[in-house]
Order: sequence, then C-alpha cells, then structure tokens
Amino acid sequence: MTPDVLTVQGLNVSVRDTQLVSDVDLTVGPGERVGLIGESGSGKSLTALSILGLLPDDVVPSGSVRLTGIDHDLIGADERALSRIRGRDLAMVFQEPMTALNPTMRIGDQIAESMLIHHTQPTRTAARAAAADLLDRVQLPADLLRAYPHQLSGGQRQRIVLAIALANDPALLICDEPTTALDVTVQALVLDLIVQGVLARSSALLFITHDLAVVATVCERVLVMYGGRVVESGPVHEVFTNPRHRYTQGLLAASNLEAAAPASGRTNLQAGTASRPRLTTIPGTVPAAGHFPSGCVFRNRCTHATDLCATTPAWSGTPTTGYACHHPAGASHA
Amino acid sequence: MLVFGFMAVLPGDPARVALGVNASDEAVAELRRQFGLDRPLPTQYVDWLGGLLRGDLGTSYVSKAAIGPQVFDRLQVTLLLVVAGMLIALVLAVPAGTVMAARHRRLSGVALSALSQVGVAVPAFLAGILLIMVFAVKLGWLPANGWTPPAVDPVQFLRQLVLPALSLGLVQGAVLTRYVRSAVLDVLREDYLRTARAKGLRPFPALWRHGLRNAAVPVVTVLGLQLATLLIGAVVVERVFVIPGLGSLLLDGVSQRDLILVQDVVMVLVVAVLLVNFLVDLLYVALDPRLRTGSR
Ligand SMILES: Nc1ncnc2c1ncn2[C@@H]1O[C@H](COP(=O)(O)OP(=O)(O)OP(=O)(O)O)[C@@H](O)[C@H]1O
Ligand SMILES: [Mg+2]
Repeated sequence: MTPDVLTVQGLNVSVRDTQLVSDVDLTVGPGERVGLIGESGSGKSLTALSILGLLPDDVVPSGSVRLTGIDHDLIGADERALSRIRGRDLAMVFQEPMTALNPTMRIGDQIAESMLIHHTQPTRTAARAAAADLLDRVQLPADLLRAYPHQLSGGQRQRIVLAIALANDPALLICDEPTTALDVTVQALVLDLIVQGVLARSSALLFITHDLAVVATVCERVLVMYGGRVVESGPVHEVFTNPRHRYTQGLLAASNLEAAAPASGRTNLQAGTASRPRLTTIPGTVPAAGHFPSGCVFRNRCTHATDLCATTPAWSGTPTTGYACHHPAGASHA
Repeated sequence: MLVFGFMAVLPGDPARVALGVNASDEAVAELRRQFGLDRPLPTQYVDWLGGLLRGDLGTSYVSKAAIGPQVFDRLQVTLLLVVAGMLIALVLAVPAGTVMAARHRRLSGVALSALSQVGVAVPAFLAGILLIMVFAVKLGWLPANGWTPPAVDPVQFLRQLVLPALSLGLVQGAVLTRYVRSAVLDVLREDYLRTARAKGLRPFPALWRHGLRNAAVPVVTVLGLQLATLLIGAVVVERVFVIPGLGSLLLDGVSQRDLILVQDVVMVLVVAVLLVNFLVDLLYVALDPRLRTGSR
C-alpha cells in the first residue's frame, strides 16, 4: 500500500486558553480527493491553515502533520523549512479571490513567481512561458499575463489563484471554500478546473466547503467537522446515504442534495439544483468558539442526546471510515 | 492676493523703513512715487501680476535690485536643504516603520514606537538648537552655521548641510515613521500577503515584494503633505543655521516691509507646493495600476 500524501494526527489548535480544534486525525491518499465539511465556525479553515503553517501569530497548533517526501513534522518546523514546502509540495486556494492577488503586480509575474521561488523553471523567460501555459489550462487567454488583478472578474481571479497553486505540481492541493464567493454559473467551471487540475497532476485534494452538493461532485471521501472535531468520516456515497452521526444526519436533512452521485474521475456538476420539498434545519446555532458543551460537542443541539453524551464519544470504525456518536443513526443494535 | 492685502495693512511704510527714520518726508514721498506705492492697492496688485506673466518678479523696495535672480538663487539653497531633510526622513522612516509593524507584538517594535512618539513632539528649531549644542559646540565635529554652495566646496557644503538637514529630517522622519508603520500593518493583514506566503515566500521577502509598493501609496500622500511642512520648517531652520535660503529672504522681506519681495517668495513657495502635489499624483498612478486609464 502506498503511503498517504498527508497524515494529520491529534491536531489541536488553540488561541490563549480556548481550544478551537481538538484531536483531529485525517489522511489523504495519493491522488485522493477528500472533502472537509461542516457549518461555519467548525474549525475547517484553522485545520487547513495548520497544515500549511500559516495560522495567525496568536493561534497555536500542536499534534502532528506529515507530508509525503518530507522527512520532518510540519508542526513546529521552522519558517525556512516550511517555505520550501509551501507552493511546491503543498499549495492552497483561498476563499476570497477578490483580495487574494497583489493589486500592483501583473498576473504573469504573480504566476511566474511561484516557479521562480522554487526554481522549478530555470529562467524568468521559461517561467513566463510556463505561466502562459498554466493560463491556458485554466481556460484564460495568454494576454491576461500582462493584466492587473482589478481588470479581472472574481471567477477569473480564482482561476489565476488556482494556476498559481498548481504551478509546481503539488502533491497536495488544499482548497478552502474556493467557490463560495463566486456566482453559481462560474462555480461549476472553477470546480471542474480544480478537479481537472488535480487529475492531470495526480495531486491529492483536500476540499473544504459547507456545500454538500459540491462535495458529492468533487470528492471521493468526506470528513464531517463540528465544534473543532471530526465527528464522522467515510466514502461520500456511504456517509451521504447512510449517515451515522446525528450531526451529519442533520446536515443532510438541511441541505438540498438531489441525486448527488459521488464523482469518480468524471464529475457531475449539475447536483444541487433541483429542490426537495421539505428541508429541516438543525435546531439552535453553532456556539461561539470555546462555548461548545463538554463530552459530545453536538449534544446541546441533538434531539437524541442523553446523559451518556456528557462523556466524549469514542471513535467507532476504522480510522478512515467511522463516527464518534453514542446514539448513531441507522444502528441495528442500539 | 491674501499676502498682498495683509502686508499692505501692516503698520510701517516700506519707503520709510527703506530710508530710515531720519529721512525727510519729501524723500519718502519721492520713493513712494518711484515704486508706485502712491497708487491704489488694486493697481499695485495688477501691476505685479502683469510682471509675473512676463517672468518679471519685480524690483525690491529696499535694495532696488531685481528680485527674480535673487529668489532663484535662494530657492536652490532651500530646495537642497528640503530634499536633504526629506531623504533623511525617508531613510529613517521606511526601515523603522517597517520593523515597528513587523514586530508590533514584540518589545523592539514597541520601544521604537515610543521613541518615534518622542521625535514627533520635538519642533524642528528645537532639534536644530539641540544638534548645534551637541555636535557643534560640545563635540566640535561640525560647523554650527553657514552655507557654502556645493560648486564652491563640496566637502564644506556637506559638513554645513548635515546639521540643518538633520534637524528638518529627524522630526519629519519621526512623523513619517508612524505612517509607514500603519501602512505596513494594514498590508500585513492583506490576503495577497497570505497568498505570497502560500507560494513559499518567507515573511520578510513576502512583505518586500508584495507589500512595499502597496504600502507606498498611502505613504506618498503623507510625503506630499510633509513637503509643505518641510518648506515652512526650512524658514525657521535657515534662521537658526544662518543659511541664505528662501526662508531667510522671506523673513528679511517681512521685517523690511518689502512687499514685492514677500509676495514673490510666498508665490514661489505656493507654486512649489502645487508642483509637489502634481508629482504626488503622478507617483500614485505609477504605483497603483488601478488608477490608470480610469478603469476600476
Ligand atoms: N485568530 C483567532 N482567534 C480567536 N478565535 C478564532 C481565530 N480564528 C478563528 N477563530 C475561531 O475558531 C472557530 C473556527 O474557525 P474556522 O475559521 O476554522 O471556521 P470554519 O469552519 O472555517 O468556518 P467558515 O465556514 O466560516 O469558514 C471559529 O469559531 C472562529 O471564531
Ligand atoms: Mg473557513
């Protein structure tokens, strides 16, 4: 069995006395596309930024993050070592395309820069040519090389950010809600380009979103996060058709997921357009950071919660497929 | 226009001042006629404006010499002083402000911040006097005053330039530092800096390559405003260091009620400020592509 591209073990993230992410385990295999879903404030972005080592100054991670081909842990590694990895083995696309590019630098220079930093192109001219090629791969005309970001739309800018991220054929691409800020028509194109991009390079993908339909079209496996913890994980079709954790169940009931077929190489981008008649919402709201209940983090919003839920539920199943719930849905024995 | 009216209502007759208190009334009246001072004020003003359009700055009431060449000579001196002061301010403020922003959570940043706060509070003339006391009087390293044109003796020129330029530049540098700091702090929070880090740039190179030009835009605005302040500061500093610049000329003109001279100097200063503002606008466009071709 080939080793995983990314292995995160026991990741904790805290700011001063407040724990924001607790005990997250996650693996991404070579070329695998893994989704990370959960409501706003569940710790998805913090998990991604911990992997990249780009958390804000006062936010501190602990635990272990290993990347294939790198012989040291990324948590606690120094800036020098991390900067060699970022942009080369590990790349990221952020949520907000309007502000992600430097307004005073030409697009071409911004793309070429990532190759020049890591010496994956020998000269400025070669890097410029490679940048033109990358533009073509994200279906943008080469004359945009000389353009400035303000001359581009949000969708075009996000494609530029994607081109920058893919420039050095990273082993792992992390996308943090890459299409949330885009309008629906552009979303499908950008998603398609992301999937085509990682497929062409056999890069692995960690895809963060709160849109279940998007996960269903893009990813093969999914992790559900809530309250800074992974509460359930497994293959997309399994988790979405037979959710075990009550939170996952609530998420699915609240989303309008229509015939969401898991992607396997080819993608189906029409999901989520037809609406179901009745949508239920999860009662209550996501607590503020540091105000989640002890034990099961979901118990104050869960209709199945009992006294048992005051203790932290153990993980049931294998490391990659399982859940952490005292009263799982669809259980034949409980 | 304002200066003209103001000088005209000031007590003291230019002709009387020029000739001394003992001059006879006839002599004063004669001089007044000669300079056209007996004509109504609006006529005098229009005359002066007409002269300007022909490139003629007029004739001094006091020395009876043409003002144009004199103002031009003095302007060069003041410009050298102001530019030197500006350079000192920039050389001081850009690194200091950047370090303060990058380390704003650490002691070194906070300490620098406090130091610049002290600098802001010191007026230029006081800085000048302190500098003279330390470097000229106590240590004797540099001349306390005087001016030598660079063409005559470049070394002496530089030695005499150091203290007045420092007294102008240190204070402006302290002010500018605070603006550089806040501009860099703003840039550090920008998403594109995170993108730069995600590409594999280390914090300082990321700030250097992606932050500096963006931070320069607000700083340039302040720089333009500061040049006006520096020109005013130069008037005082020229007095302290006995430098024959536009400032000394202006002060002489005021004390001698040399209306035309004062008028000319103020006009030159105003034109200089307008020109600087124009240059600042050009610089904006050069720095920020969003301002070009009107496209947003
Ligand atoms: N620098 C910080 N200081 C304090 N709390 C923080 C900080 N950054 C994030 N948090 C808190 O941590 C929690 C998780 O944040 P995170 O950004 O990871 O959420 P998310 O799952 O990405 O949500 P979203 O869908 O809104 O992006 C939130 O409650 C947030 O308020
Ligand atoms: Mg987020």
